[in-house]
Amino acid sequence: MPLELTPEQQAIASGARGEGAAMAMRIVAATARLMGAPSLIPIASAHIDGALYHGDSGTLFAEKLAEGGAKVAVRATLNVGSLDLTGCSKNRLEPHERGMARRMMDAYRTLGCEPTWTCAPYQAGHRPALGSDVAWGESNAVVFCNSVLGARTNRYGDFLDIACAISGCAPYYGFHQPENRRAKIIFDVSGLEVSFLDSEVAWPILGSLFGREVGDSVGVVAGIDHHPGEDALKAFGAASASAGAVGLFHVAGVTPEAPDLATALHHQTPEAVIKVTGDMIKESRHRLSTVADAQTINAVAIGSPHLSSTEFDRLEALIAGRRLSVPLYACTGRHALATLESSGKRQTLEKSGVIIVADTCVVVTPILPAIDNAVLMTNSGKFAHYAPGNTGYGVIYGSMAECVESAVTGRPMFGAA
Amino acid sequence: MTQLQTEILVKGQPAKAEALVLTAPISFWGGVNPKTGLIADVRHPQHGVAITGKVLCLPGTIGSSSAAAVLLELVYAGLAPAAIILHEPDAILLLGLIVAQEMDHGTPMALKLDREAFGCLSHKILQIDAGGMISIR
Repeated sequence: MPLELTPEQQAIASGARGEGAAMAMRIVAATARLMGAPSLIPIASAHIDGALYHGDSGTLFAEKLAEGGAKVAVRATLNVGSLDLTGCSKNRLEPHERGMARRMMDAYRTLGCEPTWTCAPYQAGHRPALGSDVAWGESNAVVFCNSVLGARTNRYGDFLDIACAISGCAPYYGFHQPENRRAKIIFDVSGLEVSFLDSEVAWPILGSLFGREVGDSVGVVAGIDHHPGEDALKAFGAASASAGAVGLFHVAGVTPEAPDLATALHHQTPEAVIKVTGDMIKESRHRLSTVADAQTINAVAIGSPHLSSTEFDRLEALIAGRRLSVPLYACTGRHALATLESSGKRQTLEKSGVIIVADTCVVVTPILPAIDNAVLMTNSGKFAHYAPGNTGYGVIYGSMAECVESAVTGRPMFGAA
Repeated sequence: MTQLQTEILVKGQPAKAEALVLTAPISFWGGVNPKTGLIADVRHPQHGVAITGKVLCLPGTIGSSSAAAVLLELVYAGLAPAAIILHEPDAILLLGLIVAQEMDHGTPMALKLDREAFGCLSHKILQIDAGGMISIR
């Protein structure tokens, strides 16, 4: 079915709102044709992942839109950039790269995007309504938006996210169509120990396994008897999206499109049922570490996705005023930083040796010191996945409590509750 | 000489180059170094292989939504593949080519071909015309 544009959409593509908006509409229309979408639908908001510096080409693209007079037509929050503009942390970017990264962040603000600079916009006040169509980028934000909020988005990559925000519309395909939100795979965790399911590491480990098992399909987690909390679902989604290509999951009895298992399946027969076993969990946990035998660690990193205020409260309680012997990088957004500052917690944490990283994070820009054979400990399934390739650090995975005890001693410590 | 008609996903420049058939899906962000054009993912079976100037045959793509940015940067830096052949269209990756055209960079073509056919392309020199016809030498 060929793509049909409305007269208004055609007019924008021809330059009725300026050359920047025309370029954005052409990009959205080209993507719609590529994916076989029959039409473009209006969107309620966007989350923009495009302001992270990967090279000069991305900066030049954003500046070309801005020079063409483009402005976002809907609310658009920004994902992390490459620089910590709050000054909490320093990075090792070369002067040219630093300058281009800064120009890129400036260009996105010129386009009218909000300087939220977080990968957890859903905890920074951007929570689209159940059933609304939006265009979100950043894999963890996409999966949270679809699964936990029940708003409808595809996985919008760089460039398409801002093009949708400027044009105010998105190609109608994929997760925008209700029938594609049906769970096809049951991920049954009812056979697992309750003590594991209630533990802090359960959701990142399950997410990592879920991502590898379901790939880009839609699955429903069955066998959960109470809501695990929003931060647990955040960790699950992030791990699943980095280990596979998950854009939407359901948890029966927990997430909004899955009041029960049958509803999540749209009352159809599942294509597969995965009975999760203790051995699968053990293997999944093992895979998150690349240097499990390391005797010392060089740093701890937490906050992928960005830490919430609740997670900072837990961090502070776990440290309990002790001095850390290796740096603990705590990545977050301005929304949580503001709370930390007003309560005086920022100073308390920094005095212990915590390095707060705002606006960005340690796997997307060079913040960790360059050390040969360095070892990073993390409680994030997503950091565990990306740190070896992006930072050169080997990874040990543990709970937040284990990460804190290890930061205190400088050695991997397991078993802390 | 064998010929295969493909479906054009993104229009671009005709190509004549060696086919590089990846044996596992790849995430461009974190998986391909935009400064060198080499496969950077240590867990990928073809880690260290250059994709620059090859007809890159992808069995699948995974991971980050920043793949398009890496592909655009490869095009901008002259390190892109000569053409990309996919089993199915991937909007996240191919946006990099759509934007490269808007930025007036010379852009490789993206073609759709069933991955079952990738085996007979491996290491062959492929000539791809503007209509998406592949001639295998």
